[in-house]
Amino acid sequence: MSTPENSEHRQSIDAQSLRHASGPYFGAYGGRWMPESLMAAMDELNETFEAAKNDPEFIAQVKDLNKNYSGRPSLLTEAKRFSEQYCGGVRIFLKREDLNHTGSHKINNVLGQALLAKRMGKTRIIAETGAGQHGVASATAAALMGLECVVYMGAEDTRRQALNVARMRLLGATVIPVTVGSQTLKDAINEALRDWVANVDNTHYLLGTAAGGAPFPAMVRYFHEVIGDEAREQILAQAGRLPDAVTACIGGGSNAIGIFHGFLDDPEVEIYGYEAGGDGVDTDRHAATITLGRPGVLHGAKSYLMQDEDGQTVESHSISAGLDYPGVGPEHAYLADIGRVKYEPVTDTEAMDAFKALCRTEGILPAIESAHALAGTIRLAARKIAEGAVPEETIIIANLSGRGDKDVGTAAAWFNMIDEKDAEAEINAATAQNSGSQKSEEK
Amino acid sequence: MTRVTSAQKIAAARAEGRPALIGYLPAGFPDVATSIEAAVALAENGVDVIEIGIPYSDPVMDGSVIQEATVQALANGFKVPQIFDIVRGITERTDVAVMVMTYWNPVLRLGVDEFSRRFAEAGGAGLITPDLVPDEAAEWIQASEKHGLERVFLIAPSSTEARVQRTVDASSGFVYCVSLMGVTGARTEVSSAAQAVVAAAHNAGAENACVGLGVSRREHVEEIGAYADGVIVGTALVAALRDGGVPAVGALAAELSGRA
Ligand SMILES: Cc1ncc(COP(=O)(O)O)c(C=O)c1O
Repeated sequence: MSTPENSEHRQSIDAQSLRHASGPYFGAYGGRWMPESLMAAMDELNETFEAAKNDPEFIAQVKDLNKNYSGRPSLLTEAKRFSEQYCGGVRIFLKREDLNHTGSHKINNVLGQALLAKRMGKTRIIAETGAGQHGVASATAAALMGLECVVYMGAEDTRRQALNVARMRLLGATVIPVTVGSQTLKDAINEALRDWVANVDNTHYLLGTAAGGAPFPAMVRYFHEVIGDEAREQILAQAGRLPDAVTACIGGGSNAIGIFHGFLDDPEVEIYGYEAGGDGVDTDRHAATITLGRPGVLHGAKSYLMQDEDGQTVESHSISAGLDYPGVGPEHAYLADIGRVKYEPVTDTEAMDAFKALCRTEGILPAIESAHALAGTIRLAARKIAEGAVPEETIIIANLSGRGDKDVGTAAAWFNMIDEKDAEAEINAATAQNSGSQKSEEK
Repeated sequence: MTRVTSAQKIAAARAEGRPALIGYLPAGFPDVATSIEAAVALAENGVDVIEIGIPYSDPVMDGSVIQEATVQALANGFKVPQIFDIVRGITERTDVAVMVMTYWNPVLRLGVDEFSRRFAEAGGAGLITPDLVPDEAAEWIQASEKHGLERVFLIAPSSTEARVQRTVDASSGFVYCVSLMGVTGARTEVSSAAQAVVAAAHNAGAENACVGLGVSRREHVEEIGAYADGVIVGTALVAALRDGGVPAVGALAAELSGRA
């Protein structure tokens, strides 16, 4: 099995195929840069995962949950009015991960890992969450499978995403607001790792993105590969050919690697990842890790990283809590270096414009994370047309990684759709609800 | 300058029939000058090996006391290259071995070889690397050989026999035996797992196996000293520095070393 100890596995990228890179290394990236205390657990996880992948019973369980619980396959919807009004007629297809149970792609990975946790005999799962989508998905899987669930969430994010905090608590999870560091996703991961070190005997750390030490990046991708596999089949059936380009937003990179996977070995398909550009990459408020970061190690993997000249992690900024992370999965770092995937930043403003555009043209309220992919898609369509492409003969698939219900408050405030008094009342209500449930947790 | 190594200091303690006392303090806490004074106070009160921690933005192996101290050091403007001034400041005034405990990214960022060269020039003995395992350490092993630095890797109660062997083989100076599954922090009792971890290290051929995590009192030093080659105290010293400044650090060190 592939463990970092096997040096032949350093040669992790198969010369012919990019699709099934097994890790632990992706070119110069990946590996296991983490405390020895966790190595036994990482080995156990790796062995369990490798065995499960080859076990027809496990594969059938995952398939069954995807179909009968999450509602897969998710649709591939052609967005005709969005295409006409915003993309110059370039045909846009949306991979509808927003329609999955719990509202985003995150459920794919969570169901798979929760099954693995049960296989390992673990009774407790812990998770980090930024936007709350992964926390909600983890709480959901825990409820479904009878596992205890603790979710670490940056205190700033618990305020931005108060509704998702309530959802997790309703599902029976304990939400612990993290008040150290920047109080966002990276600090939630630090706290989860500290919990894991202390409770590794009965606890599985259900990491929510395609980052972290091996086997997490390859394993999280494996559970999301269904996105790309379905999308490829669907576009062949619906359009009769492969797309010209595939796009996705990049936080840690899980929804992106899931859809990219389906097309990595089709050289005629261009692939684009859109990072959170925040206020702009010429400011210091953004989360454009690949665009502006440099290689380093964080949370177990070597990859691109937003860091200062001392190697201290720099705080990221994005209107989207789910993209507000200063690292990125190692497979993306590799795909960027070899040029197979192009990574570009999208600002808060561009993302919010695309958010509104999709609402108004298609009646679909996207997650703000996913709106970054839509904004990139609009830009890409314009570029294609400028380069001479015939719009109606050009096809782009955008991964709509989640729905925007959780973002209604943020979006309404952005577009000034609630008057001041109401907004204040809403914030007060959310805070009261927060501290109320914290109290009940302490009992 | 002749550099004092942790192996030398542990051997000297053994010759006196006692375990070596290893004390941890964060660099730049509360500021660079005080962190040097506090380290000198450790040396003057019976500490054999000093471990200076580099404050880092994402210290996943640290509990709240050390986290708060390092956050404060960073807020007060600590910069990684100041570690060399601190190490030099201590080695010039004492005869202890000075180790640096560091998460790996700050070293990577400066350059592993560059860091090692400047650290060796400052009189440093070696590095303790809580989030670097031998599996990923090829570059560090090469640089440490080149610059004559000790490599202290960690083993834990969860480490398999094979991993203990690999870690002991890759280490020099001593092997850091993590006494329990958890992060740094003072505890009232030392975990019963510690003795087994030390035995595993000795069985794998480690000459020096030192125990850290949760050690805070003289009784702990005595208890662990019965089976280990050195005892590592961190959080308790950091809390003393926080609450009582340099004199408190000196007093606690004297108590821990049995001089008080
Ligand atoms: C809807 C949605 N899309 C994207 C992301 C970003 O994560 P990743 O890059 O792992 O897909 C998140 C994270 O919370 C999310 O909720």
